[in-house]
Amino acid sequence: MIAAFALILVCQLFGEVVSELFDLPVPGPVIGMVLLFIGLLVKRKPPKVLTDAADNLLIHFSLLFVPAGVGVVTQIDRLKGDWLPIAAALTISTLLTMVLTALLMSKLFPKQDTAEKMEDAQ
Amino acid sequence: MNEADITQLWVYLSAKPLTGLTITLVAYAVGFWLYQKSNRNPICNPVVIAIALIALLLNVTGTPYATYFEGAQFVHFLLGPATVALAVPLFRQTATLKRALPVIVFGVLFGSLVASASTVILAWALGASPETLASLAPKSVTTPVAMGIADEIGGVPALTAVCVIATGIVGATLGPMVMNKARLKDWRARGFAMGVAAHGIGTARAFQVNETAGAFSGLAMGLNTMATALTIPFLWHWIFG
Repeated sequence: MIAAFALILVCQLFGEVVSELFDLPVPGPVIGMVLLFIGLLVKRKPPKVLTDAADNLLIHFSLLFVPAGVGVVTQIDRLKGDWLPIAAALTISTLLTMVLTALLMSKLFPKQDTAEKMEDAQ
Repeated sequence: MNEADITQLWVYLSAKPLTGLTITLVAYAVGFWLYQKSNRNPICNPVVIAIALIALLLNVTGTPYATYFEGAQFVHFLLGPATVALAVPLFRQTATLKRALPVIVFGVLFGSLVASASTVILAWALGASPETLASLAPKSVTTPVAMGIADEIGGVPALTAVCVIATGIVGATLGPMVMNKARLKDWRARGFAMGVAAHGIGTARAFQVNETAGAFSGLAMGLNTMATALTIPFLWHWIFG
């Protein structure tokens, strides 16, 4: 378990260093994720300790958003001024993205798995 | 114990990292309990409940966010390693990835671009400030990465966190209804769209509805995280200088 967490941290540290060194606008942990993904592709069969450690980190992934989300208390003034554009843009854009992407992908995916189509929309 | 004693006790406790950390875990546990009580209704989102409870507590006790964060930073820190760990569920989709790679890459780039361009254009048309626009642009990727992108392009990471979570909830609650209206019946396409538009919160929802949709949503979320982090900062600096 310790080795697995150490490996994850090493990937992150590598990502942070690369991001800083080359002045990349990509966040360090994303570079770390790409590195780990490439490592897994090369290794083909990932060790169970690593997949367990990753799964444990991700089970309550949403808990990790709480401290940042509480930061909303520091943004009340900004939200007061911009709440309408924020709410409207968020809602319309999210639903638009979803419908357009789903339309595109239902045209592009190969028509093989007919069994996986839903019987009727719920 | 009189009121002065209680105030003094709170002043002592609130200066300890333990308090912020404990409050975070307890508030989330309450939120998760309510979520399960409501039969996993996406409106009872544990993150939203936890944030609301803590914000209320900070407000009532007059505690500054910075004091709370002294303790909460230990939870916040784990966002980095958890982002790296996303490589593992992504790796589990390798077989799917290989089968339809060009289609999937095209779909992710398309969705990533529509998500940020449509938000920025709409918010700009409605008169949002430049910082708000930069904070909204990465709203469809998972919080830690979105905050990192917002920071790079001149947004406010704290505002981005709020927008990302709101996006996830809108996508998870209204998304399936809108896709039903549009007569979209392919589980793969529906899941994929959910992951691109509504990141982790949408993926959690997709898994509840259908296993195939969940797997495609997780795949799309992981790839969209990469695609957005790799394209938006460059596009932003290129367009806005």
